Amino acid sequence: MKDTVFKILSNKSIAANTYEMVLAGDISDITAAGQFVNIMLDGFYLRRPISVCNAEDGKLTLIYKVVGKGTEYMASLAEGAELSVLTGLGNGYDLSLSGDKPLLIGGGAGVPPMFMAAKKLIEAGKSVTVIMGFGRAEEVFYKEEFEKIGAEVRITTVDGSCGVRGFVTDAMPEDYTYFYTCGPEPMLKAVYDKSETDGQFSFEERMGCGFGACMGCTCKTKYGNKRICRDGPVLTKEEIVW
Amino acid sequence: MVNTKVSLCGIELTNPIIPASGTFGFGAEFAEIYDINVLGSFSFKGTTAEPRFGNPTPRIAETPSGMLNAVGLQNPGVDHVIAEELPMIKKIFNKPVMANVSGFSINDYVTACEKLDSQEQIGWLEVNISCPNVHGGGMSFGTSAEAAAEVTRAVKAVTKKPVIMKLTPNVTDITEIAKACEAAGADGLSLINTLTGVRISLKNRRPILANVTGGLSGPAVFPVALRCVWQVYKSVNIPIVGMGGISSAEDVIEMMMAGATAVEIGAVNLVDPYAGKKIVEDLPAVMEKYKINDLSEIIGVAHG
Ligand SMILES: Cc1cc2nc3c(=O)[nH]c(=O)nc-3n(C[C@H](O)[C@H](O)[C@H](O)COP(=O)(O)OP(=O)(O)OC[C@H]3O[C@@H](n4cnc5c(N)ncnc54)[C@H](O)[C@@H]3O)c2cc1C
Ligand SMILES: Cc1cc2nc3c(=O)[nH]c(=O)nc-3n(C[C@H](O)[C@H](O)[C@H](O)COP(=O)(O)O)c2cc1C
Ligand code: FES
Repeated sequence: MKDTVFKILSNKSIAANTYEMVLAGDISDITAAGQFVNIMLDGFYLRRPISVCNAEDGKLTLIYKVVGKGTEYMASLAEGAELSVLTGLGNGYDLSLSGDKPLLIGGGAGVPPMFMAAKKLIEAGKSVTVIMGFGRAEEVFYKEEFEKIGAEVRITTVDGSCGVRGFVTDAMPEDYTYFYTCGPEPMLKAVYDKSETDGQFSFEERMGCGFGACMGCTCKTKYGNKRICRDGPVLTKEEIVW
Repeated sequence: MVNTKVSLCGIELTNPIIPASGTFGFGAEFAEIYDINVLGSFSFKGTTAEPRFGNPTPRIAETPSGMLNAVGLQNPGVDHVIAEELPMIKKIFNKPVMANVSGFSINDYVTACEKLDSQEQIGWLEVNISCPNVHGGGMSFGTSAEAAAEVTRAVKAVTKKPVIMKLTPNVTDITEIAKACEAAGADGLSLINTLTGVRISLKNRRPILANVTGGLSGPAVFPVALRCVWQVYKSVNIPIVGMGGISSAEDVIEMMMAGATAVEIGAVNLVDPYAGKKIVEDLPAVMEKYKINDLSEIIGVAHG
């Protein structure tokens, strides 16, 4: 964990209510896809946890949905503004278990961590399929970015306005070696029920600290209590108790 | 050179800064990022006779200038703390540590305190009486002078360590509870624990916390904490550990002027993991600014 001041390089809307923020700063503590950062915002007491979408060349990319006052404030920040960010939080995905044809499944605000995972897996020579689930066409983002790095992209929308009509589970291929997923809990549960291989799930919880000190985010697993912020946010399929 | 030393129930602290129970775990997460020996001491997570999972999540909600928590005393139980956490603490912290103890019956407190009494690393027992008394109708021990005194007496009977009773502010008159604890033999008092609050999600039309209510802490409670310490200082002759919303060296001094011998810092550790170290480092310059040579001299000075 590191507390670093990051400078905003860009902060722009990329889909309905969805923003991409690129920051410059020390990213040395970010060691795995699926980790998150915790951002201090002026006027808000608690930090806001946001997944790492990408971290390379001294740049940190975050994608966030405006859902409340804190993310609304984030969206108002201009280029050049500085933010105190705790980096290197959470365990992240273990990409070594992927096999040759990993499946990545992201729902809405759960899509961002899939980008860094896809990039690393493709760099390691894996054949990556990404399923991205959204409500409607206006919410879709990063399709081209995923394609550009060489992932096969499947989009689902609940209203059918883009890609397959329905949920991410309606677009799951027959043939994959392992999966990584992040999204709202009902989606994670549906993936859990439908998946036929092992895989890893990234969970969300309201956090006090984000680094393991307050026990604000604990869940039960087959191997005892785990803190989503520190022992997670990624849990393996096998250890989850629904 | 200013003197930041204070003495708490006969044990000297190099400075009065003590991270508060529940906001510092058992120290490990902080020792990874700074040498926690710069702190006066720290109070570890509230420990009970048996392991506890605590409340369902969500356990945390944000508030203006603070937060609500309903962790529900998640802890691995006193035996695990003695077998695993204390040896771990020994490697990262070479000063006496404060053991925070909770219970749901007199017997719970006695069991935990008796076991912790034999541990030489422990300087003080800080006894949290904000928990519901399951044999006494579920009312918190800390809201009845009689129950608070009963816990104090029971704990004092099984330990030689200084016993610091940690008081809840959720009472009509905190001085009554403070006086009862003092009369029952408490060596010190620690206050305040959190103030009960609620937040509701507009979207879900339900309380945010699974437990409905949670404890408010952070800068929002600072003036309330100061008021409690002020009143209690006037009413008792035992030392007070003041806490509630402290976030800076200035706040530390203000709390000591109200009557605290030492202070605990809670929620601020969660939003700024380096807060303990920063406050310790800032303290000498702030003392100089306000012409304080010896920190002990300002304890209660605001009372005139
Ligand atoms: C590990 C992790 C990674 C995340 N990654 C992303 C991401 O990449 N992109 C994205 O858009 N969102 C992400 N989220 C969700 C994001 O943290 C919340 O949407 C955000 O905190 C909402 O803040 P707000 O002030 O706008 O909302 P408000 O509802 O006003 O926030 C009030 C409080 O509740 C907390 N809170 C509200 N919703 C959530 C939530 N879903 N999860 C955790 N805390 C919440 C806030 O942090 C704040 O403390 C992630 C959450 C976690 C736990
Ligand atoms: C997440 C959290 C957990 C806490 N757990 C405990 C506990 O186990 N035992 C206890 O006596 N107090 C506990 N407290 C209360 C604090 O020790 C402290 O009394 C209170 O938070 C006021 O200080 P602050 O405003 O600086 O946080 C907890 C507080 C927080 C925020
Ligand atoms: S949020 Fe504090 S322990 Fe996870």
